[in-house]
Amino acid sequence: MHELSITQSLVEAVLDRTGGRSVTGVNLRIGPLSGVLPDAVRFCFEVVSADTPLAGATLTIDESEGRARCRSCRDEFVLEDMFLLCPCGSADVEVVSGRELLVTSVEVA
Amino acid sequence: MCATCGCGDDAGTRVSDLDGTVHDILPAAAAPHEHPHDHEHEHEHPHDHGHPHDDEHGHPRPQSPGTADAGHSPAAQGRTLISLEENLLAKNDLLAARNRGWLEGRGIQAFNVMSSPGAGKTTLLVRTIRELAGALDIGVIEGDQETSLDADRIRSTGRPVIQINTGAGCHLDAGMLQRALGALDPVPGSTLFIENVGNLVCPALFDLGESARVVVISVTEGDDKPQKYPHMFLAADLVIINKADLLPYVEFDVERCVRQARLLNPGVDVLTLSATTGDGMDGWLEWIRKNPHPAAAAAGSAPRSGGLRV
Repeated sequence: MHELSITQSLVEAVLDRTGGRSVTGVNLRIGPLSGVLPDAVRFCFEVVSADTPLAGATLTIDESEGRARCRSCRDEFVLEDMFLLCPCGSADVEVVSGRELLVTSVEVA
Repeated sequence: MCATCGCGDDAGTRVSDLDGTVHDILPAAAAPHEHPHDHEHEHEHPHDHGHPHDDEHGHPRPQSPGTADAGHSPAAQGRTLISLEENLLAKNDLLAARNRGWLEGRGIQAFNVMSSPGAGKTTLLVRTIRELAGALDIGVIEGDQETSLDADRIRSTGRPVIQINTGAGCHLDAGMLQRALGALDPVPGSTLFIENVGNLVCPALFDLGESARVVVISVTEGDDKPQKYPHMFLAADLVIINKADLLPYVEFDVERCVRQARLLNPGVDVLTLSATTGDGMDGWLEWIRKNPHPAAAAAGSAPRSGGLRV
C-alpha cells in the first residue's frame, strides 16, 4: 500500500504551496506505468486529507494512456502492460507516455 | 499519531542504534513537519464542484506557480487555480539524491536488497559477510515492520547493523535511510547492504540513494514472479535466484524466469545460487567486487527515479 505514503506526500506537497488556504480541488495525472493505482490514491486521499485544509477537496485524476514508439517499425502503439513489446515483435521501443505521477494543479478558495 | 494528516501511529517508524537499543519513535513522515492551521474550519459557503476540470488536463499552464488563473472558471467563482506539475515522489527523490551524495562523498557502495518475505535475504547477507570477512568492510541496515530478529542475526557476525522498524509501513523510504545512515555512521570506503522490507511491490518505487538494486527471488516462489511483479524487476540491477539447492524438488524453470526478467529489463544481471549450501556464491561475491565504490566510479552512478526507468 505505497499509495498511502504517496498520498501523504501529495498532501504535504500541496500544503507547502498553499499554506493555510482552503483547497477545493486537487488535479493529478497518473499513468498506467507509474506503479500507482488511482483507486488506491482516491481511497487514501479522503483519510489523509481529513482535518487538513484539503479536507473535502475534489480529487480529479487524469488516468493518462501508456504509449510507446517502436524504433524498428516506427509505429506508435498503446502499452497494455509493463512488457515493452511492439505488435511487430520488436522489443526496441521507447516509452512516450504512461509513467506520469504528477500533481498538475490545485484549486484554492 | 499525527492528528493532522494521520501519518504514522503508535507503531510508527523506529530506528535502533548500533547496540540494538531503540531510541527514536518518531514516524519518518512526522519528523519535524508542520501543518499550517491558521484557517477556520467553517466552510459556510457551499462547495459545489459543478464546473468541469477537463480543460486543465494535458497541458501545463504557462503562468508561474502561484499565479492566479485570471479568466478561468475557478477564478470566476472566487477560486484560484495554482499550477504545480510536481512529481508525487519528488520529496523522496530529493532525499534519495542527498543520501546518494552523502554515500558517494564517503566512497561507500550501497546495495538495496529487495524480495518477498522469506526469499532468503538475511541468510544471503550473513553468508556474504562471513565469506567477505577481511576483504570488505561491511555494514547493514535492516528493514522490517517489527522485531530486531534479522538485525540480531547480522549482529552475530560481528558487523555493525541498524534495525529500522517501519511499523505500519510496507517499504523503506529515503527519509528512513537518511536517519539510519546517521545512526550507523558507516566508515568511508565501506560496503553497505540495505535489506528492505520483504515486499515485491512497494519498495520498487522508492529510491533510497543506493548504488545498485538487488532483487532476490527463491525457487519455491514460482518462475512467474517477473510477470507478476514487473515494477520490481524493472528496477533491478541484479536478480538473484536463491535456494537453487531445492530445484530438484520444485517446478521452477530458471530459463523461463530469466527470459521473463530480461523481457522487462534487457540489461539485468542474473545469478543462480544457494545461500544455504554456498553453491553459486562465487558469482555473487564477484559481482559485488566488480561494482566499483562510488569514489572510483566518479560520475558513474546516475540517480534513478523509483521504478520508472527502463
